[in-house]
Amino acid sequence: MQKRSMYNEKIHVWGRISLAFAIISFASYPVLASIIFGVWPNGRLIIQGLLAVAPVYWTVGAIEAFTFGPMLGSGGAYLGFVTGNLTAMKVPAALRAMQIADVEPNTEEGEVISTIAIAVSSIVTTLILFFGMLLLNMLSPLLESELLAPAFANILPALFGALGIVFLAKNWRIAIAPIVLMLTVFLIQPSLASMVSILIPISAAFTIGVTRLLYKKHLV
Amino acid sequence: MPFSVNSPILFILAGIVIAYVLGQSIFFLVKAWRRAIELGIEKKVLRKIASGSALFTVAPAVAVLLGLISLSRFLGLPLPWLRLSVLGALTYELPAAASVATIIDLPLDQPVTDASTYLSIAYVMTLGILAGILIILFFQKRMQQSLQKLKKKDNRWSALLMDALFMGMIATFLGMVFADIRSGLRGWIPVFVMLFSASVMLLIGILIRKCKIAWLENYAMPLSMLSAMAFAVPLTNWIGG
Repeated sequence: MQKRSMYNEKIHVWGRISLAFAIISFASYPVLASIIFGVWPNGRLIIQGLLAVAPVYWTVGAIEAFTFGPMLGSGGAYLGFVTGNLTAMKVPAALRAMQIADVEPNTEEGEVISTIAIAVSSIVTTLILFFGMLLLNMLSPLLESELLAPAFANILPALFGALGIVFLAKNWRIAIAPIVLMLTVFLIQPSLASMVSILIPISAAFTIGVTRLLYKKHLV
Repeated sequence: MPFSVNSPILFILAGIVIAYVLGQSIFFLVKAWRRAIELGIEKKVLRKIASGSALFTVAPAVAVLLGLISLSRFLGLPLPWLRLSVLGALTYELPAAASVATIIDLPLDQPVTDASTYLSIAYVMTLGILAGILIILFFQKRMQQSLQKLKKKDNRWSALLMDALFMGMIATFLGMVFADIRSGLRGWIPVFVMLFSASVMLLIGILIRKCKIAWLENYAMPLSMLSAMAFAVPLTNWIGG
């Protein structure tokens, strides 16, 4: 028990320190580039650019943090938010790993498995991007070919079809209401597909509400 | 030093940041691995998780590489390499870069030649995406403590709450797949791909349970995903995407 709480405490210390350094290192790229080239950015452009994207990005970022943070566990969250690509890569990787290892989220076992999956996923992504960049001239014609375009255009349906059936099989009772809700939403307003990050917490809150109701009535 | 979007010094700067984050991933991997062994999780299971996660990542990572190619026409290689290796995703980075380009009427298919504009874009990309990471930095511990308290109070509800969170996310994407069906048969392609992927997953599940092919479990997700992506190619050609 002592050791358990020690790991828990340490993960927050490691996570916070590494995250703080990561933020500094991300910011250092434009700052150091400015110093090296002796050129400074256009403040008006930055403000105008930020006004165009920040209201949405900051809202989505906050929503993602409060939705995915609990899902991934602390180690997974500290790492996942630094390495990015959460919805299409890190969160499904963690989910899949916890399901295969037969551990529950919000347990220490779930936390370490999620962290391992996210760490491996980010290492593999880094390596693929590095070697992909080195071999760009060779790979570009193949990756950008018309033949393969439909495969990459359908990466999300391919991912969530497989993941969805696993969760449906696990607990179909809590799946029905959010699926019906989201189907209705997208059929009425297809353009909302571009705002999927904002819809995730709405769907999650709705699912939690329905699940609570089912739980109170002893139906799940 | 003369500016170029592919200047060697920019590769070095991006490489240092990426190396730091790679080191962070390795550090967390080692710590979590050791803790998993202390918790009694078998090495065999951990190896299975690691190899499965690696395999699962390949297809989405190649899609990220495609994003790098498209951003590199405008921003060169180092900045997209940095942004897509760490922190970002194409869905954030492209609109952030495009927002600045639109203001000054820059084409997105030609390299930026002005250093000040390039740096402005880099700042917008950096500052635009920091909200999530800052919240995790300051609130993750508190969130975890609240969840632990809830678990102590009602273990069953705590487990259901996590399932509900996951299901909420999955339901959103399952709904999104149907967004284009009113545009005709072409709009049904993602639906057919999703159903194909789910069917392959189901078939593999049956093989694992009925035929006792346990090793397949680790490859179920990547196999379902890749076969569905491959299925999308002839399907799109046939329907005419």
